[in-house]
Amino acid sequence: MRPFSKLGLALSLLLLFSTACQQQAELPILSPKDDRGSFLPVPDFSFVNQDSMPVSRATFAGKAYVADFFFTSCPTICPVMAQQMLRIQRHFSGDSRLLLLSHTIDPGRDTVPRLKTYAENLGAIPGKWHFVTGDKDSLYDMADDYYNLVVEDQNLPDGFDHSGRFTLVGPKGYIRSYCNGTSPEEVGQFIKDIETLLHEMEDATAQH
Amino acid sequence: MKWKTLLLSISFGTLFILASCRDDPYKQGRILYQNFCASCHMDDGSGLAGNIPPLAGADYVAQHQEALACIIRYGMEGEVVVNGTTYNNPMEGIGALSDFEITNVINYINHSWGNDYGYMTYGEVKKALANCSED
Repeated sequence: MRPFSKLGLALSLLLLFSTACQQQAELPILSPKDDRGSFLPVPDFSFVNQDSMPVSRATFAGKAYVADFFFTSCPTICPVMAQQMLRIQRHFSGDSRLLLLSHTIDPGRDTVPRLKTYAENLGAIPGKWHFVTGDKDSLYDMADDYYNLVVEDQNLPDGFDHSGRFTLVGPKGYIRSYCNGTSPEEVGQFIKDIETLLHEMEDATAQH
Repeated sequence: MKWKTLLLSISFGTLFILASCRDDPYKQGRILYQNFCASCHMDDGSGLAGNIPPLAGADYVAQHQEALACIIRYGMEGEVVVNGTTYNNPMEGIGALSDFEITNVINYINHSWGNDYGYMTYGEVKKALANCSED
């Protein structure tokens, strides 16, 4: 009996360590690479948020953030996405290292005051969740950079085809995870990814 | 002895069918709701904080039964107060639904998520739709 139980102990310890390691695992970097094989961070941008404040990459320096694309009058997937973004905001409401960035893809109608009303009604925390508008082409280009699909299509009921993806960007501007923002299950896993990234950021500050 | 077994299986069979019918009495209404309404009002009828009113436990739905059919067909605009919160986002009408389908959607909403707002008959919905004030 004794050697058997020793083996059992060793095995369960091994199991414990391996699962503990799994939780600490780093997220992969999903950004594209340049010719020399270095990862490319998300390019800089210049938009205006619901409080008429400029928002650029500098706004997110050293922070993690979730980016998505929406518009306020969207009758299809946006309300569900907004509800899931709210869920993420709620989950990380006390952690200033995570910010949220929602881009309108309908800058013609989504003016700053309109974004302001929408954000306030939702209960978006000022300074944490930015709703931005700006030059239409720049907004659509950024969608590409966040691996989001946004196409204007007048044949669709809301005039747009967009993929509803949430993209997680790390403190160095690299894309670290993404999910389907209309699927509560996927967003659940995405929240775990955000936690992993925040742990990783803790470790990085501890090292320096 | 055999007829007893037969009788038993028939009565169990009937019970089973009745039970499964009771499970989903608003099938068409539920499917239509999920296809045309849930993306904004959500599967659980909770709406979207501050921007889209809830239908679950909504005083407005309970108190404006006669207006629901017209809202579903033609949409609505302007301010609406639901459970003390003011909402002001336009809702598009769903022109694709027939009078009969609208009746089923209303009865699904009236009996989902804890709602118990009674029944609208096809006749009542037809009458309401004939008198919608289009503005």
